[in-house]
Amino acid sequence: MSSVGPPPATARSKSWTVKVREGGVAALPPEKLLPDGQPTYVASWIYVFGVASIASLIVIIGSGSILALKGPAWWHDTGVGHFFNSIHLWSVELFFFAMVVHLWGKYWMAAWRGGRGRVWVTGAVTFLVAIPAALTGYVSQQNFDAQWIATQAKDAMNSVGAGAFFNLTNFGQMYSYHVLLLPVAVVLLVGAHVLLVRRHGVVPPFELEKKLPAAASAGAETDGPPPSSTGATS
Amino acid sequence: MSFLGPKDDTQPWKGRYAPYDLIKELSIAVGVITLLAVLLTVLLSSPDETPSTLGQWSHQLPADFATTAAKELDETSPTAEYGPPYNHNSGSVQHFLFLHPQRWLGVSHPINTADDYVIKPLETVPNDEALRGALAEYKAAPEKQKKGWSEAYAKPLEEYATAVEEKKPPPSTVSVNSSTGTVTVRASGAGPVPTMMRSLLALAQSGGLDGSLLTSKNFFQTDYTKPLLLMSDGGLLAERAEEQHLLGKQWGLMNETGSFPGQPWLWLYSLWYQVEPMKTSPNADIQVLLIMGVLSLAFICIPFIPIVNRLPRWIPIYKLIWREHYRSLPQPPVPS
Repeated sequence: MSSVGPPPATARSKSWTVKVREGGVAALPPEKLLPDGQPTYVASWIYVFGVASIASLIVIIGSGSILALKGPAWWHDTGVGHFFNSIHLWSVELFFFAMVVHLWGKYWMAAWRGGRGRVWVTGAVTFLVAIPAALTGYVSQQNFDAQWIATQAKDAMNSVGAGAFFNLTNFGQMYSYHVLLLPVAVVLLVGAHVLLVRRHGVVPPFELEKKLPAAASAGAETDGPPPSSTGATS
Repeated sequence: MSFLGPKDDTQPWKGRYAPYDLIKELSIAVGVITLLAVLLTVLLSSPDETPSTLGQWSHQLPADFATTAAKELDETSPTAEYGPPYNHNSGSVQHFLFLHPQRWLGVSHPINTADDYVIKPLETVPNDEALRGALAEYKAAPEKQKKGWSEAYAKPLEEYATAVEEKKPPPSTVSVNSSTGTVTVRASGAGPVPTMMRSLLALAQSGGLDGSLLTSKNFFQTDYTKPLLLMSDGGLLAERAEEQHLLGKQWGLMNETGSFPGQPWLWLYSLWYQVEPMKTSPNADIQVLLIMGVLSLAFICIPFIPIVNRLPRWIPIYKLIWREHYRSLPQPPVPS
């Protein structure tokens, strides 16, 4: 039986969809999710490395998708394939470089302060999951390097029992891990990390409470936060 | 966090905001990273060293291949003695205190080196009556007899390998013709084994062994465990790896072939293999992985680890990071 107009309030309150939507909007209203203002202390080159990590991940996924579309043997046989393989390799190197600098920067900012523990945890786990994502790529290369890494690294996996379900010498299994399972895990983790950053905002500098009042009052009188950005921190 | 560390009194920002375009910043970053990746690609490309094959190995190093094959038949090769996940032996089984995960997970990829690397591939060779007779004689013999034949054949080859390694004159019982790639072993009491090994070397040199080890009940095959383990029992992969500075003592896991960066983020993992007791321990892998497991957990839990979570406060690198911010704060009045 259908009716015209919105469902009654009691039905809406039981709706999982409504709960997820309202919870999501409450946690991350649009102006928090996509802010058009940042606190003035976000003014250092160190902040570049977070977005550089994400940008590298986008290039990795783009170049990896092209390699996946053409199949794992393509890049050995054609110049274009080798070009995209090289893009894939160098974007991975840039990804790890940017991520390591980003992590060190966030450590020295103690960026977990102010209820941001989960932001740090998701970032750290992303780094750790990215390592097997890269390793499975190295053993999926179908060249001598892949042969050597697979036969050497298998002993470490076997020593902790992981070789039973993570066999580095099984190309098919490693390729599946590399093109689907681990990239999905990395992307989900990065997504959660970014949403948590947006929810909590960028961590403020140390000694904020001692030096802030004058700056805050000055800001309130002069510039003031953009109206749509007041919710950028929590 | 208060019971694990100092009270966190970080307050939400109530100060000024500057205009910021998140989408524009991300777009520019993607553009810059793409340009950098293209630039590095154009300047440096990427390595692609041709993989080794069993055919190539048996041509280049026929004596090494024959020695390895003899050990596979004799079940004294590293793979034959490995243990889980390949068999029930214990040559490469590692443990740490009461932790025996390798043993606990059992044999998931069974390999019988005599059957899988020698007997079954030889059974695929057609129209060779001598080989058929040799195989029948070998299979019908009791285990003790098989062992005696295999050892009698392997012994001169091992002496040959030792002499080559020590750069001494090789024993007269083994002769290698490098132009034809044949190996002749004068071994008394080896029964049908020399005939079998001659055929196995010929099969490998024809490329047939590569295909044979990948044959399964399914037409399609993606599991290279058997040929890779056989090759790693021999000397070709290690020889190439040493040339490419990929050995463990060369911090190999971090490196790539050529001068390309490999996985430099594994530097800490590689480091533990260079220090005692892991450097000489038969349980080095599990020790290193456990150390890295603990360190990884600590890395994730940094916000909750006392002292470690206070270091950023005590070592004022933050003053460098936020120098613009601190500079913009009102200075205390100078006493007149």
